[in-house]
Amino acid sequence: MTDSAPAPPPQEPAEAETLAARFAVKQRAGGIAVPIVTLILAFLMAGAVVAATQHSVHKALLAYRDIFNGAGLNWIFHPTTNIQVLASYNLSQTLLQTSTLILTGLAVAFAFRAGMFNIGGQGQYFLGIIVANWVGVSFATMSTTPHILLAVVAATLAGAAWAGIAGVLKATVGAHEVISTIMLNWIAIYLASWLFGDGGPLQNSTDPFTPVSDTIAKSAQLPVFWGTQGFQGLDIGIFIALGALVVFWVLLNRTTLGYEVKAVGFNPEAAAYGGISVKKNLIRAMAISGAFAGLAGAVDMLGYLYHYGQADVPFSNVGFLGIAVALLGRNTAVGTLLGALLFGGLLFGTTHGLNSGSVIQPELAGNLTYIVVGLVILFVGADVLVLYVWNTPRRLLRRRAKAAASTAELPA
Amino acid sequence: MADDVTDDLVLEMRGIRKEFPGVVANDDVSFDVRRGEVHALLGENGAGKSTLMNILYGLYRPDAGEIRLNEEAVAFSSARDAIQAGIGMVHQHFMLIPVMTVAENIVLGTEPVREGIFLDEAAADRRVSDMAKTFRFEVDPDALVQDIGVGQQQRVEIMKALYRNADILILDEPTAVLTPQEATDLFEILRTLKREGMSLIFISHKLNEVLDIADRITVLRRGKTIETVPRAGATEESLARAMVGREVLLRVEKAPAQPGDVLLSVRDLHVRDDRQIEKVRGVSLEVRAGEIVGVAGVDGNGQTELIDALTGLQRIESGTVTIAGHELTHAHARAALDAGIGHIPEDRQRRGLVLDFSIAENIALHDYAKAPDSRWGWIFPSRMVQRAKALIREFDIRGGGPLTRAGGLSGGNQQKLVAAREISRDPSVLIAAQPTRGLDVGAIEYLHRRLVTERDEGRAILLVSLELDEILSLSDRILVLYEGQIVAEHTGEVSEEAIGLEMLGGREAEAA
Repeated sequence: MTDSAPAPPPQEPAEAETLAARFAVKQRAGGIAVPIVTLILAFLMAGAVVAATQHSVHKALLAYRDIFNGAGLNWIFHPTTNIQVLASYNLSQTLLQTSTLILTGLAVAFAFRAGMFNIGGQGQYFLGIIVANWVGVSFATMSTTPHILLAVVAATLAGAAWAGIAGVLKATVGAHEVISTIMLNWIAIYLASWLFGDGGPLQNSTDPFTPVSDTIAKSAQLPVFWGTQGFQGLDIGIFIALGALVVFWVLLNRTTLGYEVKAVGFNPEAAAYGGISVKKNLIRAMAISGAFAGLAGAVDMLGYLYHYGQADVPFSNVGFLGIAVALLGRNTAVGTLLGALLFGGLLFGTTHGLNSGSVIQPELAGNLTYIVVGLVILFVGADVLVLYVWNTPRRLLRRRAKAAASTAELPA
Repeated sequence: MADDVTDDLVLEMRGIRKEFPGVVANDDVSFDVRRGEVHALLGENGAGKSTLMNILYGLYRPDAGEIRLNEEAVAFSSARDAIQAGIGMVHQHFMLIPVMTVAENIVLGTEPVREGIFLDEAAADRRVSDMAKTFRFEVDPDALVQDIGVGQQQRVEIMKALYRNADILILDEPTAVLTPQEATDLFEILRTLKREGMSLIFISHKLNEVLDIADRITVLRRGKTIETVPRAGATEESLARAMVGREVLLRVEKAPAQPGDVLLSVRDLHVRDDRQIEKVRGVSLEVRAGEIVGVAGVDGNGQTELIDALTGLQRIESGTVTIAGHELTHAHARAALDAGIGHIPEDRQRRGLVLDFSIAENIALHDYAKAPDSRWGWIFPSRMVQRAKALIREFDIRGGGPLTRAGGLSGGNQQKLVAAREISRDPSVLIAAQPTRGLDVGAIEYLHRRLVTERDEGRAILLVSLELDEILSLSDRILVLYEGQIVAEHTGEVSEEAIGLEMLGGREAEAA
């Protein structure tokens, strides 16, 4: 990704027809500059919200500092493995969020590369949560490694199948994936509510009046390497997520499958002409996309949640945050990693860093996360606007040159 | 025609320079237009024609130079300024809103209003019909733009400019999207406009058209003005030499064909399009090794469906297709490719290339799933790059290396890229659809020579083209396709007029 100055006009301007092709055009137009400008603008506006509500610019600056510290980023000044240190703890929690967001981000990014917009990451994530919980609670007699593998694979496949439905619908009857994945989200939400709710099949066997699932067996829990098992320590899920990033990159750049998916994403007609089955690849890309989201559910369930309550269902939004992560990361592996780190830090940094109440009211603190997230999504969606702002200095220079030219002509 | 032209200059562009990073698009270009003349701007793709016109239309600002309009210096900072100054432009890609009517499109932005806010549709319709009558446009103001043909849409674009009181009209390759008949109609309209005192700038790289319509011709090459000449005295050869900078062979030189075995055989083929309309109605044809068979016809007479059926992209209703002895009637596209079909498709940008893929990736489009490009699903990009390097050299593809985006190449080089891929697969049957559409003289010369070379190598070549010139100069045998049927076959000399009549359907032609 390079920041390119305005290129000479193409000889035969090609119409960008598909989502992926349009996106590629924008990507070339803005390079890496646009996501960075996007972020700065979003942060500045969030700061303005704080300054306005608190009537103090100073407090806005303090809020930035507290978010930074709350995300554990001050850890880099005093690196230590001691989890008792607040910065270490904060950082471990940020990374825990990041693992999930990498995976839900990849889910969106992969579909995007095939020219599809998978808004169903949330539903596919729930399928992963459900299946991982079910497998984790059952088969309690298995030994650790096979039990974890079984749960992870089953949850991943469940996510793939759930997204695959949208893929099949698109390939066979042309149902738009945006609509069908949104509908599948609601089905997944109600499915999870029913399963974990009072009297639901996955509700716990010990307290029939609490709408929460059983806790998964020890053998299914992912090993924690930083912090304490059972107390939201950082588990090996982060390595699974990093591995998924590598898989994502390799699939797209080193396999015939990735070649086909990208060809279909950029130009389905040319792909068909080249002998590639468009329908097969739509289904396949959607299923792989859902697999990432299903894996996210498994990593959360087996990594630190261990059980899930009916009440948790409406509050989960990692699937939707994945959209912001992928958009900000421009659907690349590295970009998704950076986007997930950012949103992971923001999520934990704002909720925990600002909660002290010393700088701003706790009620505003949690919402500030969503204000920033919302602004980022808004700016990413409107990157034409960001490009406009980005090009303003150049435009002003031109205008000045023109004004000078017209004054010069006056005497004539 | 020359007597309509006056000597007063309505437009002068002097010493225009425009640089883009790494490219000087216009270098000290001078160009002027007289009242009531058609001034053709001729040059290969990338010669700087579009840049010059975009400067005139206010889309770019020149780095240096002066524009004088009716003897007054002007500096446009947007198209709006240019429009206000009386300049209109008809782009190659129309800027119309398909779901709105002709009249609505024409008045868009300067709508007549009632009581301050309501669109006065009656007034809009009236003004548009008046204008259509004056210039004999034959366009229905109430028709939706999406329902009218390309030629009519272009008229709507012209009317848009007239509605805004343009007296200089820029036409950017206006015939590129038209059939020969539509082009003739367009030229009629342009002559009428000229008589009304309008000045027209006609951008083109088609020599015969320029000689047909222009009063003066300015040739650009690599961003520089080469010459401005009156039409009288100019010839296709002299213009081509000025454009390309060397002698160009406009006529294809080829030895008589020596046909061998039948490589492509089609028997009683019936094909329906996506809307279930039967577009190919019982076509039978044979193409032998070492011959070029040209299929002539007006666009929309079943060419696309015929090609798609042969290449496995469209389902065949009935009939058979045999390639080099293999029956391939219901083959998938990949199977057709593997059986020895090469296909240079009609639309290189929509179909022939994935513009966002690199040159190397595009060359691999049919073979990425095979050794050496890949094994067991694992792709070896370095091998793709190596193959691309060799083909870039062999086919003289300019404008980038193996990792350059195909979309960044000029049209001619994109087409060379497609040809390189198809020919390098050593097909026994090569189907070339509109292989030189939108290309400049140099690239056309190259592709034509290449097709003849491939014929002499013993390939069977089926050439489908809307350009009658191309069919006549390349083909050893000509088939005329009309309403999905082959209505005539010619070997040896045949006149353009005779085929032209057959293309319009025998009976109608006799009646006319």
